[in-house]
Amino acid sequence: MPRFDLRQEGLRALNRSLHALAPDTNATHWTVTGPDGAHAVAAGLDLPISVEIEGHVGYYCAGMNKRAQVVIHGSAGTGVAENMMSGLVHVRGDAGQSAGATAHGGLLIVDGNAGARCGISMKGVDIVVKGSVGHMSAFMAQAGTLTVLGDAGEALGDSLYEARLYVRGAVRSLGADCVEKPMRAEHLAELAGKLAAAGLAGAVEAREFRRYGSARRLYHFHVDNAGAY
Amino acid sequence: MCGIVGLFLKTPDLEPRLGALLAGMLGTMSDRGPDSAGFAVYGDRIEGLKLTLRGPDRTVLAEAVAGLGRALGLDLDATLRDTHAVVVLPAPREAEGRDWIADRAPGIDVVGAGRRMEIYKEVGRPAAVAERFALPEMRGSHGIGHTRMATESAVTTGGAHPFSTGPDECLVHNGSLSNHNDLRRRLRREGLAFATENDSEVAAGYLTWRMREGASLRQALEASLSDLDGFFTFVVGTRDGFAVLRDPIACKPAVMAETDAYVAFGSEYRALAGLPGIGGARVFEPEPATVYAWERT
Repeated sequence: MPRFDLRQEGLRALNRSLHALAPDTNATHWTVTGPDGAHAVAAGLDLPISVEIEGHVGYYCAGMNKRAQVVIHGSAGTGVAENMMSGLVHVRGDAGQSAGATAHGGLLIVDGNAGARCGISMKGVDIVVKGSVGHMSAFMAQAGTLTVLGDAGEALGDSLYEARLYVRGAVRSLGADCVEKPMRAEHLAELAGKLAAAGLAGAVEAREFRRYGSARRLYHFHVDNAGAY
Repeated sequence: MCGIVGLFLKTPDLEPRLGALLAGMLGTMSDRGPDSAGFAVYGDRIEGLKLTLRGPDRTVLAEAVAGLGRALGLDLDATLRDTHAVVVLPAPREAEGRDWIADRAPGIDVVGAGRRMEIYKEVGRPAAVAERFALPEMRGSHGIGHTRMATESAVTTGGAHPFSTGPDECLVHNGSLSNHNDLRRRLRREGLAFATENDSEVAAGYLTWRMREGASLRQALEASLSDLDGFFTFVVGTRDGFAVLRDPIACKPAVMAETDAYVAFGSEYRALAGLPGIGGARVFEPEPATVYAWERT
């Protein structure tokens, strides 16, 4: 299986090699060493391959990911898995700001903490953060789920649409139009499925979480809400 | 955009390599700021006071240092590095020395003063600036640096960081402050002097004022959260201390790494990737509105 040393061969050579793979390639498991915080590592993949990155990455790692499984054995900078369409991105350390921003699908797992604006404008991705998330997480989130085993920072879910937010710890404050909602059987089942997908079945119970979502008061423009914009 | 870096050593082991490590960090941050660079290094503590002078060239600087020595009646110990000179004065003669430079040495600026701190800043690619001043050969316990991408004003050394407004105190800033004019007026009334119209110098002056009034570095930074309006990530050095603060919405990037041997700050992780033992370091993003401070005792 290919091993790629970024220090020797460089970022563009890596991404070019990954983008050039044929659909029936046998090179389905890549190991990338020496990322040293480089930006856009393994961005724009579109094949069911697996890429393991041995170290810390910079901005936009695995951005626009489709079908691939990318595991970062380290921390990730701003915008990891931004605009992911499908597949899996797993950060073994912490994620910086805007993790999973605008992502349409797939699963993003962060073993550590995620910074501010995690899941900003998410459009269908499932995000599971085992630590805590920073302020303004799920800002303007439109669809998908954000599951946080730790705490959430200020203004969680500000101006969100239909995404579901599950938080086990404390929420410092809720953003505009974000409210706590009852955990019904369907939500417990959905959350249990997300936890299982993240490898947490049996380790964490869905009933330990509280659910937050849109009150839908700002969903459509209403003149009485003008002061809230 | 701009890049900022900082390195604080917890033990003496790496001190001979401080300059080399800081130079590597600055060089990596060229991508964020290719126009100019500056850095401060905290070297061995001396009995007198180091004044860092900046001039147009080595000859003019050498003449100024000689003139200063004659005026003060002292055989001055001076180290010349390109456009900068570090002159050692007896501490009680500082004011006299500064007055002479202001009156008699046109084109020479005092960019910093302290028992340990030296400051260098110049136009050019950060790696080249570090070489010009022989940063890789410097030793010390901590240092901070800045690489500038000029977006709103000219590429000059006057606006280059670090800014120093008090003895052994300096600051690098990524961001912009919106209430710096008002604050500068208030701080001038408190007796602080500012050399530029730069917003970051006001942040440095604010911390100097707070610490002069008895606050610790940590307390001064905590107070700044209420009094400074704008975007900022600060890295601050004092004689024995080092601190980091981000504004409450964490507008500017920041990453830190900590080991038993050091604490390092970078605008991006790339700046830290070359540090020894980074593989085993705790790498984290500093939280907004939270002061991170270390001190060597």
